[in-house]
Amino acid sequence: MYLSRKSSDARSIFNKAMTILAGTLVVVALIPLLAVLSYVLIKGFGRLNLDLLTKLPPPPMVPGGGIANAIVGTLIMVGLASLISVPIGIGSAIFLSEFSNPTTAQWIRFATNVLNGVPSIILGVFAYSVLVVTTKTFSAYAGAVALSILMLPTIIRTTDEALKIVPQEIRWASLGIGAAKYQTVLQIVLPAALPTIVTGVTLAIARAAGETAPLIFTALSTQFWPNSLSQPTPSLAVLVFNFATVPFKNQQELAWAASLILVLLVLTTSIISRFALRRKTY
Amino acid sequence: MTSHLAESTPLIHAKPSLGQVLDKTFIWITRICAFSIAGVLVLIAIQVGIEAIPAIKAFGLGFIFQQQWDPVKEHDGITGIYGILPMIFGTLMTSFVALLLAIPIGVGSAIFLSEDFLPVSFRTVLVFLVELLAAIPSVVYGLWGIYVLIPLIRPLGEWLHEHFGGFFLFGTSPSGPGLLPASLVVTIMILPTITAISRDAMTSLPPELRQASIGLGGTRWETIFRVLLPAAFSGIVGAIMLALGRAMGETMAVTMLIGNSNTVNFSLFAPGNTISSLLANQFAEASGLQVSALMYAALILFVLTLLVNIAAQWVVMKVQKF
Amino acid sequence: MTHYSPQTIPQPKSQVEDTALEAVNLNIHYGSFLAVKDVCLKIERNKITSFIGPSGCGKSTLLRCFNRLNDLIETFHIKGEVYHENQDLYSRHVDPVQVRRRIGMVFQKPNPFPKSIYDNVAYGPRINGFKGNLDELVEQSLTQAALWDEVKDKLKQSGTALSGGQQQRLCIARTIAVQPDVVLMDEPCAALDPISTLKIEELMNDLKSQYTIVIVTHNMQQASRVSDKTAFFNVEATPKGKVGYLVEYDDTVNIFTNPRQIHTRDYIAGRFG
Repeated sequence: MYLSRKSSDARSIFNKAMTILAGTLVVVALIPLLAVLSYVLIKGFGRLNLDLLTKLPPPPMVPGGGIANAIVGTLIMVGLASLISVPIGIGSAIFLSEFSNPTTAQWIRFATNVLNGVPSIILGVFAYSVLVVTTKTFSAYAGAVALSILMLPTIIRTTDEALKIVPQEIRWASLGIGAAKYQTVLQIVLPAALPTIVTGVTLAIARAAGETAPLIFTALSTQFWPNSLSQPTPSLAVLVFNFATVPFKNQQELAWAASLILVLLVLTTSIISRFALRRKTY
Repeated sequence: MTSHLAESTPLIHAKPSLGQVLDKTFIWITRICAFSIAGVLVLIAIQVGIEAIPAIKAFGLGFIFQQQWDPVKEHDGITGIYGILPMIFGTLMTSFVALLLAIPIGVGSAIFLSEDFLPVSFRTVLVFLVELLAAIPSVVYGLWGIYVLIPLIRPLGEWLHEHFGGFFLFGTSPSGPGLLPASLVVTIMILPTITAISRDAMTSLPPELRQASIGLGGTRWETIFRVLLPAAFSGIVGAIMLALGRAMGETMAVTMLIGNSNTVNFSLFAPGNTISSLLANQFAEASGLQVSALMYAALILFVLTLLVNIAAQWVVMKVQKF
Repeated sequence: MTHYSPQTIPQPKSQVEDTALEAVNLNIHYGSFLAVKDVCLKIERNKITSFIGPSGCGKSTLLRCFNRLNDLIETFHIKGEVYHENQDLYSRHVDPVQVRRRIGMVFQKPNPFPKSIYDNVAYGPRINGFKGNLDELVEQSLTQAALWDEVKDKLKQSGTALSGGQQQRLCIARTIAVQPDVVLMDEPCAALDPISTLKIEELMNDLKSQYTIVIVTHNMQQASRVSDKTAFFNVEATPKGKVGYLVEYDDTVNIFTNPRQIHTRDYIAGRFG
């Protein structure tokens, strides 16, 4: 039968082999994911208890204690960073999508992507020289500023995409009734795009919560409750860094527990965002 | 009783109405927000640059080739000798080893996940899982690396050193932290970048391309290698460049795994240092000229990653006009 | 059919000025390209005027000049004037936003906001600073748009959950809620089924006692059914491209039974389209 190809033919073997190779590579790519997630889950889970969420870190070799101050510190700094980056990010995206001409928009999007690629340690260096050196103190403010620059590109990108999806006819309908541009954007376009925007902001927050480099020499860290925004402030991410490299088992365990919290945060936001972005209004 | 709304305001005004003023203001506010992005980039460059000037004056370009980093050594009336050759070496070495491993795995996964080897639902889940790799914080990878990865690869490393110690890559015996564990973790962290963008490049190819090749009697993999990959080539190159940028800037996991030793050693098992780890370790307690030297190092890293990222963006932008 | 409560019986506007809109030597340009040339046209108050003609003749473009919606296109500019209530809509001091509050538009594809039915209708009055009874205004607008009975129990439902014909009537309700002088309709039934189309045509007849209506339509039968006056546009090829122009403008009954221009006659007879 001249139309059939023997499965022992060289081409067929090559095809099968390549498929198997490619599939194996995917498995190889996912093994670390499994490994990291399972280790963090196992080692962190054992340390989960109410104390973890309510007590301060213990001194070396003393059992017990918790990471409550780090949790509070992370909440404070990520919250501050959001206050800065969310309005500026959404405002920029509105300009890109509604008001700017295509060339300007292209350059600003380019700049946004470039900013996204700046190593987060450089953002920390920047915040250090602008805030820490001038105010002569490490502070939550400095950490928050570094984090806000980190969050900006993510927020701008997702808001930009969200606004693009809103149909033009809706804008025409609003303008046709005699609404001004700012009314159209604020009362019609933004609300329509809101679910996607919220998802983007959530992703940015999750990413910021896990970042250490921007904080290690801006907010530094402490073993105590955060008591002032212009003082060193603890955070989950820096705590993991500090406790990972000490030889004290009790503190290492806290590092795993803090990692568990961060990983759970990242997991839930990623999964939720996947679902939320699926069910778009349009 | 309803009122006639439209007649309440006159049609013609000598000066702009409140609505027009608000509109103009609103547009200006958003414009300032948007331009602040470019502004921040420029500000970072300027600020770091200015702080670096004392060190630039003291060491000039020799900074890049100097191997010593010693904050207390007296030399020519200056306290401290600073040079980042070992850090540049470490940055480049970890990045390239990571790329070497990540490219085949990443591109291979991208191919597997862009063709229909698996049903769509499986594919979506796998794509999501690969993206998840990117979401895990760097410091968690570092923690895992210290307590899980290093003990894991130690036996392998010792075996390689025993049998192939002559080969420069396996020249020293594994002592825990080193170039290899750091590179491996960076590999894991840049995989999602390569996979996602390469996959995008492949799925945005016009279906006519595939149909033409199959129509001429090509097998699936012949089509992939001879038609699809060449067509998606610039997208894949862009992906790799973006991954390189990420690898060079990667800080926390590397700092925790590389051993922080300022030596140039080609052995994979030897400890080393990268520019970002240098910054992470020393900034908090630095003072005087040391701070300026660190700023100089940061400036170099900033410029390096900036160049790589700009080039990568340019390549990716060209491809996205498909 | 629509029901009027005693309070909402419309009062006829003064008959002093019978022209609601007037185009004087209107030439429409996109950049250096002339799209529509030399239109002189008076739209009469409280009548339905239809614009008909083959595609590309500029009828929608002309319609959008009346509410300055063409301003959204960067290269657009006109020569000539457009008057409403003795004011040139394109004079330098005129705010397009104010123009659009007096001259509303219903679009070809129904485009309700992704808000509740109530909020769709209330949007216009709210942004205009309406201080009276909003519930009453919403009910009145929906009634005039022949939609009240179908939605009165589900005002909180999303406007996008309605059928195509209902959505278009919602858009009409939304437009008349700001109580404009003129309602422009750009092929309002093009995306609808015959039954919805019929409902909207009936509705237009009820509306004209309160509003002036200008409708662009591809459907000649619709124009002959619904409008009092008809303007026929055609397109001619020139070295620079196609230009639209006004061929004939008269009472509908004349256009369709006794047209004076040969192009009109041919178009009505279906010899081209």
